[in-house]
Amino acid sequence: MNPQSLLRVQGVSKHYGRRSACQEVSFELHPGEIVAIAGESGSGKTTLLNCISGRLRPDAGRVEFDTRENGLQDIYALSEPHLRLLTRTDWGYVHQNPRDGLRINVSAGANVGERLMAVGERHYGRIRAATGDWMSQVELDPQRIDDLPSTFSGGMQQRLQIARNLVTHPRLLFMDEPTASLDVSVQARLLDLLRGLTQTLSLAAVIVTHDLAVARLLAHRLMIMKDGQMVESGLTDQVLDDPQHPYTQLLVSSVLQA
Amino acid sequence: MEQMIRISGLSKTFVLHHQHGTVLPVLADIDLTVGRGECVVLHGPSGSGKSTLLRSIYANYRAQQGQILVRHLDGWVDMARAAPRELLEVRRLSMGYISQFLRVIPRIPALDIVSEPLRGLGVERAEAEHKARALLSRLNIPGKLWSLPPATFSGGEQQRINIARGFVSNFPILLLDEPTAALDAGNRTVVAEMIEEARAAGTAIVGIFHDDEIRRRVATSVHVLSPMENIA
Repeated sequence: MNPQSLLRVQGVSKHYGRRSACQEVSFELHPGEIVAIAGESGSGKTTLLNCISGRLRPDAGRVEFDTRENGLQDIYALSEPHLRLLTRTDWGYVHQNPRDGLRINVSAGANVGERLMAVGERHYGRIRAATGDWMSQVELDPQRIDDLPSTFSGGMQQRLQIARNLVTHPRLLFMDEPTASLDVSVQARLLDLLRGLTQTLSLAAVIVTHDLAVARLLAHRLMIMKDGQMVESGLTDQVLDDPQHPYTQLLVSSVLQA
Repeated sequence: MEQMIRISGLSKTFVLHHQHGTVLPVLADIDLTVGRGECVVLHGPSGSGKSTLLRSIYANYRAQQGQILVRHLDGWVDMARAAPRELLEVRRLSMGYISQFLRVIPRIPALDIVSEPLRGLGVERAEAEHKARALLSRLNIPGKLWSLPPATFSGGEQQRINIARGFVSNFPILLLDEPTAALDAGNRTVVAEMIEEARAAGTAIVGIFHDDEIRRRVATSVHVLSPMENIA
């Protein structure tokens, strides 16, 4: 047991009927650490992400988060309002499709400012200033604060979703395939942005991706999932350059070299 | 002389599960000690495991047996056993690795790539960039390239960016995998001088150099590796 853990996942399992989506997964995450979960479709990586982010109660196992008030707490033992507060403050969740993480019919600025209002900020000027500031940090033109997200490109919407998540200064960001729905040129920009932000804010993050290059660029550690089990984990470069498990070897050798 | 690396009984075997479970033993029972200010050059034919040994020291490859003790802060870390966080701390503070090829990061300018290790140590951006610029000029990278991402640079230029990045933060331990392979004579000499200066400042170095002249110039000792028989 390490007292500095930000997130501690122990023996988490989830079944859908008789099919096991996630079996006995355990790992720890420390402040500022970025871990990627990779594996093909159906390997259980999104189920695992949902279980550890308070969105899907596992059938077995514990998920503990280092709360500001009481240290490590089982997130599924927290009261509903407390868990909701965590998801609005200390946690962020970036969806693969920005439309799932944004409200598409309110302005860009409202999308970002809304999260601040949810934690009690009422001062209009301060909300607007913080919103503009976060829009520039994700390389969006703050002049577009009053535009609807539907007038933004996919890459811009994804950056807006990230700004919306970061405005409350979370300590932990969950990301589900954050670059998968974007064109390659736009992906590079987003990856670079995420890399910079996680470093300067010393944000911890769990990123689900099927793209090993994304893991290589962003993650300190990499976990490989197959059929609901974590078959291999280690430093990202170890797992990619010296894969041990047959499945990881297959995955690494199947990547097309550009 | 203070020891910086102590390797004992190191063995490394690759198992290729999708090539009929082929077992490739590459290193067996390696012992090696490197002290402050020493430059141990790994020597042997292609396939003798020189790069595998370097990568194992950096924990890029995972050793099956043996110890790879590396001096870190006031103690030793076994790179074959340490937890991921500890390995990253050793890489941040104590040990650098310069490979033959630069892993290019999209959109990041050369100057940022070179100064990043120093900023990771908490050095102010201005000071880190100042030092990065000095290294880039010393390695004859034209100033007009500094603000560009190196994806389109020549092989030799990318290799020099890699060298600058490896030398910028004065690691106590440096691992060099053919850092001069793609360089012309002038730049090879610059790199040889940088290695000599690092040695004089106490850096412990393990390197692979195919160029005889460089090897003779920088080595304090040579460690010979020979290829192993494959077990089917």
